[in-house]
Amino acid sequence: MESEWVTADMVEATEFPHLANKYDVYGVPRTVINETIHVEGAVPEAMLVNELMKALD
Amino acid sequence: MRIKMDKEVNMPLLNDTIQGQVRKTLEAMTGPVKLVVFTQSADALECEMCAETRALIEEVAALAPAGKLTVEVKDFLADRAATEAYQVDKIPALAIVGAQDYGIRFYGIPAGYEFSSLMDDIVTVSKGESGLSSATKAAVARVNRPIHIQVYVTPT
Repeated sequence: MESEWVTADMVEATEFPHLANKYDVYGVPRTVINETIHVEGAVPEAMLVNELMKALD
Repeated sequence: MRIKMDKEVNMPLLNDTIQGQVRKTLEAMTGPVKLVVFTQSADALECEMCAETRALIEEVAALAPAGKLTVEVKDFLADRAATEAYQVDKIPALAIVGAQDYGIRFYGIPAGYEFSSLMDDIVTVSKGESGLSSATKAAVARVNRPIHIQVYVTPT
């Protein structure tokens, strides 16, 4: 909501096993940012923002 | 709120207790929200949870304050223009649209603990206010290229 550039999906892993495999999803939640940045588990807001900013590098 | 999926689609998916909780949560809605559900026509075998997702969303919409929550059902293949406009690439899919389309999508049925996320998202989108910290908002304002976030979950 805070940026026109950002889109966010919830993806139910068991219905899309090929995607779960693609992103090596074993434990959930697993957050994938722009294909290559992965975050395991439920993390605090500030940490998620940190990971998000890495996508700008 | 957590819902468990029951494979018998004929009965209501949400029991009375959950219906009450949903009704109460959605009372906090201010602006109208549109839930755009992408599914596939009834005789297609490929989409396991399409029928249930559509039924669930329609049940939820019926529990919102009058006129606040509407549902649009689109066929993933037949409504190609909508599929492309909402950039949906798999089904079942749900777009939560308020004053604008913020790019929020749910892929797969929002059951289990994700149901709570769905309720929260509807209210948040309805208010048009993310509720994020000012530090987060400042950081996100610096984003200048597409960022696609996918959160993988399971319906526990």
